[in-house]
Amino acid sequence: MNAHAIDLECVIGLEVHVQLRTDQKLFCADSTRFGDQPNTNVCPVCLGLPGALPVLNGEAVDLAVLASLAFGCVVHETSIFARKNYFYPDLPKGYQISQFERPLATGGCSTVETDGVSREVRIRRIHLEEDAGKSLHDRVAGSTAVDLNRAGTPLIELVSEPDIRSAAEARSYLQQVKQVLEYLDVSDCNMEEGSLRVDANISIRPRGVDELGTKTELKNMNSFSNVEKALDVEIRRQVGLAERGQPVEHVTLLWDEAKGDVRPMRSKEESHDYRYFPDPDLSPVVVPMDRVEAIRAQLPELPVARRLRFEGEFGLPAYDANVLTSTRALADYYEAVAAQTEDPKQASNWIMGPVLALAKERGVSPGDLPLAPEELAGLIGLVQRRRISQNAGKDVLRMMVYRGVSAQQVVLDEGLTQIHDVKHLDAWVEEVLAASPEEVERFQAGEHRLQGYFMGKIMKASRGKADPGEVSRLLLQKLEVRSPR
Amino acid sequence: MTDGLSASELAATVRSGKIEPGTVVAEAAQRAKIADAGAKGLNAFLSVQEEAPSVPDGALSGVPVAVKDNLCTLTLPTTCGSRMLEGYVSPFEATVIRRLRTAGGVVLGKTNLDEFAMGSSTENSAFGPTRNPHDLTRVPGGSSGGSAAAVGAGVVRCALGSDTGGSVRQPASFCGVVGIKPTYGRVSRYGLVAFASSLDQVGTLGATVEDAALLLQVIAGHDPRDATSASRPVPDLMERMYDGVEGLTIGVPREYFAEALDSQVRQCCDTGLERLRSAGAKVVEVSLPNTRYAVPTYYVLAPAEASSNLARYDGVRYGSRAANAESIADLYEASRTSGFGREVIRRIMLGTFGLSAGYYDAYYGKAQEARRRIARDFAEVWAAGSDLLFTPTYPTPAFPLGERLEDPVSMYLSDVYTVTANLAGIPGISVPIGAVGDLPVGGQFLAPHWEESRMIRAAAALEALMASEVRPIAWDTARELGKRM
Repeated sequence: MNAHAIDLECVIGLEVHVQLRTDQKLFCADSTRFGDQPNTNVCPVCLGLPGALPVLNGEAVDLAVLASLAFGCVVHETSIFARKNYFYPDLPKGYQISQFERPLATGGCSTVETDGVSREVRIRRIHLEEDAGKSLHDRVAGSTAVDLNRAGTPLIELVSEPDIRSAAEARSYLQQVKQVLEYLDVSDCNMEEGSLRVDANISIRPRGVDELGTKTELKNMNSFSNVEKALDVEIRRQVGLAERGQPVEHVTLLWDEAKGDVRPMRSKEESHDYRYFPDPDLSPVVVPMDRVEAIRAQLPELPVARRLRFEGEFGLPAYDANVLTSTRALADYYEAVAAQTEDPKQASNWIMGPVLALAKERGVSPGDLPLAPEELAGLIGLVQRRRISQNAGKDVLRMMVYRGVSAQQVVLDEGLTQIHDVKHLDAWVEEVLAASPEEVERFQAGEHRLQGYFMGKIMKASRGKADPGEVSRLLLQKLEVRSPR
Repeated sequence: MTDGLSASELAATVRSGKIEPGTVVAEAAQRAKIADAGAKGLNAFLSVQEEAPSVPDGALSGVPVAVKDNLCTLTLPTTCGSRMLEGYVSPFEATVIRRLRTAGGVVLGKTNLDEFAMGSSTENSAFGPTRNPHDLTRVPGGSSGGSAAAVGAGVVRCALGSDTGGSVRQPASFCGVVGIKPTYGRVSRYGLVAFASSLDQVGTLGATVEDAALLLQVIAGHDPRDATSASRPVPDLMERMYDGVEGLTIGVPREYFAEALDSQVRQCCDTGLERLRSAGAKVVEVSLPNTRYAVPTYYVLAPAEASSNLARYDGVRYGSRAANAESIADLYEASRTSGFGREVIRRIMLGTFGLSAGYYDAYYGKAQEARRRIARDFAEVWAAGSDLLFTPTYPTPAFPLGERLEDPVSMYLSDVYTVTANLAGIPGISVPIGAVGDLPVGGQFLAPHWEESRMIRAAAALEALMASEVRPIAWDTARELGKRM
């Protein structure tokens, strides 16, 4: 933050809601699929019909435990579901089943990285809860429509301590959290579809002071960049108030993306006393220690550990390791390719360059390209053994992806095998030199940068098949021989 | 032609093919019609099923059963005695109803109750009060008053009720029938419209201990749809029913025989205890010192849970919706104000208050602590050697209609002998032990968790010992009622 008359720092805590990737809802057997016809994945339980009762889906507990362990939390043997009572049309029971005084897990941490500096952010708690339905304000003119397909979808809420000190750190925290959750495969983490949602608490205080200032709550931010923008706007607003000597009021603010500004919620929307109490329909959630340990044993290698291993085991630069471990699928893909090539750095170059470019072009993730790791490894091998040139290799890659055939096959089909045979190469060199007497003279007069001109002509004449190393040797040799001096 | 047959005799007759189930049901429907007819009728039934069913062979083949109207049935409406659910037909049926039908039982009709089971007189029904078949100027008790009156008038041999604080046992005592509240978790609550989930239990009423026990045997057992139902086997409740009380130690808690107890009711209890002693039971005085906290504890916890359980009745998805609401808040307020009766609103307000921020610890928190102490009192008397406890069911016989409507607190205070079983989760049974004039009086056995069978055995013994003292179920009561109109 900029220096001001008083040196202020901002204090941010984030609450992240993540839908768990279970087939069934948290307390009934309905599907959690996104995008179905409204109100089709519903039953008496998630509709809150009279007499219906919730029954806990154990798979959701396992996923929540896995996530809790990944963030280093203590998973409590006993946690308790509580009812959070409030009225809203998309909340069928008039309460949300959540956890309050006794959450599933507490005391974890994640990291933030800004400007190359890494810091720890503590995670206060992770708890399980059910999602509400959706109120659709644009479906029916003049009315609000309610879709209860989402009602009852399992969520975990990760609550950070107020350890975040800038909007950029907040964004980094969210990226790290999302990355870990994706590695665990516990969630889609798709913000557009609402499977990951973020609320923020923000306050400012003079640097060096321990107590927290009055916080505001910020909601309705539907992307990481919006979180960063909204926090920047709110921090500036609070600093502005402080500079004018005005107090910050405890309000809930909504981010208005179109206006790029925050606005307070109507007071009615926020004056809730949730009257939490233990849900008498559900027994305490008991996760015995041996269950916790069994789940811990399923933890995959997490992004930070994998990045460090890639640097050590494959000798990759930090930058490469970082990009390649950005998602578990990409890291898996890289490892599979690297295992079948002699030079892991080459494998990294190919994946980070042409493969990612192709994936982007086709709008898929690299793992979803029709390019099996062994196929890519085969291509890299052909280039390394100089069967084809680097440039031809890129064309081959494109044809492999679009035609779905092996590198070998493309090379055969296209006659792209690199030509090392001196007789062949000699003929092309001679042909080009004979056609460019003027340039030969200029080269011999000392204009050595013309070497590139000759190379280009020769490679073109060979349709890219000539071994450029050999051509270069022959070319220089011939120009020497022709030298008048 | 079915008069005087017990439920099990009736089922055997139907199974043998000597009588068609349709005939049995038609006769019962006819009795219900006569009993309920006219301004001075019982008003026990809110709806009656007259179709002749085909029934499977089972313990209840062809036995008509009256069902409290807070249990979900597929064909008849489930109103809970409330305008809020007038005409509401559930798309699913309660587990107990499914089990009843699987055993060959027939839902004869849905019976009147205090709205959402809140009350002890069946006067809090939106559809008018039910009358006591032994005295039409008096209440049948409540909240399962319709079910108790139907059995007491001889319309059916057995009925289903629900007991949250005495709602099966107290009307059983008022109507001269047997009422069982099982151990919490013995019977599925799936499809029982919730009042106070941690206290609610489906119970049975019968003309005799055997009738009530037979119905309990059919409906008891684990249900995967109710997370609070116990996964433990149900013993044969009838096997030792007639083994007598010899060798049993029966504790008499002195707190249940305090000033509030009507002297004639006390006299009935004393006679009962004398005969139990002479039949070989050991009768010992015991103390349950925390009994004085029971009513206040109950009237904090039950309304607290109710305030949350009844939040779903908001006029949005089903049930009564107020017309012309201008905003969603108006819709909630108007629908709930017009849909709920006085007592329900009173309890929602009480419960909401008890859970509010700043009051939670003093009310809900303290009440939970008192509940634990009350449960501990029972554990201690069992540990000290009592096999069962014997108490009056209610301090008085049935009171006149309208007498206590303006004094809810005196009505609440009289629940003292029954609420303790719900708070502790233990089973209880009320059995007729005598009469004060025309009015039946019930005595109650309480048993340790899961010891229904012991309790039923003692009740069957007492039933036989007191046969000369009690007002018999009038098999011609329906006809009598017809004459009195």
